[in-house]
Amino acid sequence: MYRYDEFDHAFVDARVSEFSDQVARRLSGEITEDAFKPLRLMNGVYLQLHAYMLRIAIPYGTLSSKQMRMLAHIARTYDKGYGHFTTRQNIQFNWPALSDIPAVLRDLASVEMHAIQTSGNCIRNVTADHFAGAAADEVADPRPYAEILRQWSSVHPEFSFLPRKFKIAVTGAERDRAAIQVHDIGLHLKKNAAGELGFAVYVGGGQGRTPMIAKKIRDFLPEKDLLSYTTAVMRVYNLHGRRDNKYKARIKILVHETGTEELTRQIEAEFAHLVDTELKLPDTDIRAIERYFAPPVLVERPDGEAILKQAQLDSRGFAEWLKQNVVTHRHPDYAAVTISLKGVGEIPGDATDVQMDAVADIAERYGFDELRVSHEQNLILPHVARADLKAVYDALVETGLATANSNLISDIIACPGLDFCALANARSIPVAQDISRRFASLERQREIGELKLKISGCINACGHHHVGHIGILGVEKKGAELYQITLGGSGDEHTSIGEIVGRGFAPEEVTDAVETVVETYLGLRSSPSERFIDAYRRVGAAPFKEALYGTTDAKAA
Amino acid sequence: MKILTANRLVDGEVVWLAPDGSWATELQSAEVVQTPEDEARLQAAGKHALAASLVVDVNLVEVSIADGTIRPNRLREQIRALGPTTHPSLGKQARSASPHA
Ligand code: SF4
Repeated sequence: MYRYDEFDHAFVDARVSEFSDQVARRLSGEITEDAFKPLRLMNGVYLQLHAYMLRIAIPYGTLSSKQMRMLAHIARTYDKGYGHFTTRQNIQFNWPALSDIPAVLRDLASVEMHAIQTSGNCIRNVTADHFAGAAADEVADPRPYAEILRQWSSVHPEFSFLPRKFKIAVTGAERDRAAIQVHDIGLHLKKNAAGELGFAVYVGGGQGRTPMIAKKIRDFLPEKDLLSYTTAVMRVYNLHGRRDNKYKARIKILVHETGTEELTRQIEAEFAHLVDTELKLPDTDIRAIERYFAPPVLVERPDGEAILKQAQLDSRGFAEWLKQNVVTHRHPDYAAVTISLKGVGEIPGDATDVQMDAVADIAERYGFDELRVSHEQNLILPHVARADLKAVYDALVETGLATANSNLISDIIACPGLDFCALANARSIPVAQDISRRFASLERQREIGELKLKISGCINACGHHHVGHIGILGVEKKGAELYQITLGGSGDEHTSIGEIVGRGFAPEEVTDAVETVVETYLGLRSSPSERFIDAYRRVGAAPFKEALYGTTDAKAA
Repeated sequence: MKILTANRLVDGEVVWLAPDGSWATELQSAEVVQTPEDEARLQAAGKHALAASLVVDVNLVEVSIADGTIRPNRLREQIRALGPTTHPSLGKQARSASPHA
């Protein structure tokens, strides 16, 4: 893991002192709310419906047991005993008092964490594949590059007041688990024919009001040019991105309005000026950062297969979990584990302080002290010996985190929605809970197969509904909640934006509608191995529309 | 009919302006007004409290009264008055006897 150097420590400590002083002066009335609001946002403090909300950065979703324990401590001491892991691989606390936030930030700094750049029109937390460093299909760990970008973008004077917020995601595998094509910049780390590392560069993806799939503007950018090229993109955006209209200010609109070809020309022209400057990354620097991410020493554990065989015979629950939540590791004796934060009827992404502590213990004991937060709002143990999987499973059962539903219909992404969020039009979480209860049977879920269901409480799309195989968007109509369903979205290497299937559904109708969509799919799939998304792409929206709104269907009236 | 709401500066707690000029943590203690003059009076009080760094995010919200009970018209304000519908043990609803139905 990356460890703070002296500069990082000094920088974060200075920021904590500065913000503590600002909070004190705000509480004493010395500074006005108008003056304070931008300052608190720079430090991740929002005001939501019931209280302040603190959003803490988890760079590229990686954290240690010690850091997880600190999050548990914060939940217990300053909040209400839980935290909410988000689609940005961050964590949010929903109830801190403003007067406690300086103490929270000091505690965070003691474990090399902070809340800087989790808000505002700057470059936000760089996200990455949650299986980075562990995945069998990976070319190289993308996190060193995410860290290089993090260091470069932290309080970057030129890019602290962009037209709008800016999100970068990195993946190191062909299989895209970081949804890079719906980010402002998506980087796909790969090797060229000569075996050198570099990136395919995607620009202008995004969700929100105007969802767009990023355009590939470079097929191979040598790794040494990462910062020069990113700077070129940022400069063109900073100069030409629209500042007159908040809804048109993201780089996706600039790409769309300028045209990919012309924008690429501008970026390449800017890059030509930068390519031989101090932004060029010396190989020694890259390798030095890479060393921070050196994988743990994975000793041979060939005893795993025999243990697993027996354990599966002994426990059906374990066998199911093994099949659903455990993925192949690059080392044959190891595996990567998804810890589902989506128990039946539970709140996607929420974990209690007790669960956070338990997970930290498990990671320490069986997982080389390492944890990840996935953008799908689950936790990950990236390196677990196959021989230890049963012990990990038993420990997860004990803390209520062993639901075997990874990638199934109840593995729902849901944003906080109107239960917390000041921008929301409708609730998201209760919709997720209701669907989760309806499809509680894991047997039925497995029968349905991979199905990504994503829910947002407003068009900002924090719940990624545009790229859900089934997406649900909450809107407000005549003072009531209404839910639009989109179908056919996908946030992987075959990214697509879901299409609105028809008019929306009242809160009490939406689970029925989802069930109708699922039953329709089951009736038309060519074989049990044809996934929902593949079936949808084959047949299109018509059969689903017919099932949902057919004239004989009373629900559509 | 309208009431004036805000969040308390120090901890973000949802509050409403009461007839005695204090900021109440209970919706039912809010002063309900009907005339433009009274609305203006509430807004002036809100502005004053904002300037005095007592509260932030001051807004008038529409309510109705049924059986002597104040009920905000918008779901958003109903949720602010009680707490998250997903966590009945959190927020004001945990302290009062009237959780979400
Ligand atoms: S999608 Fe809307 S409601 Fe949901 S968290 Fe984002 S801003 Fe809030």
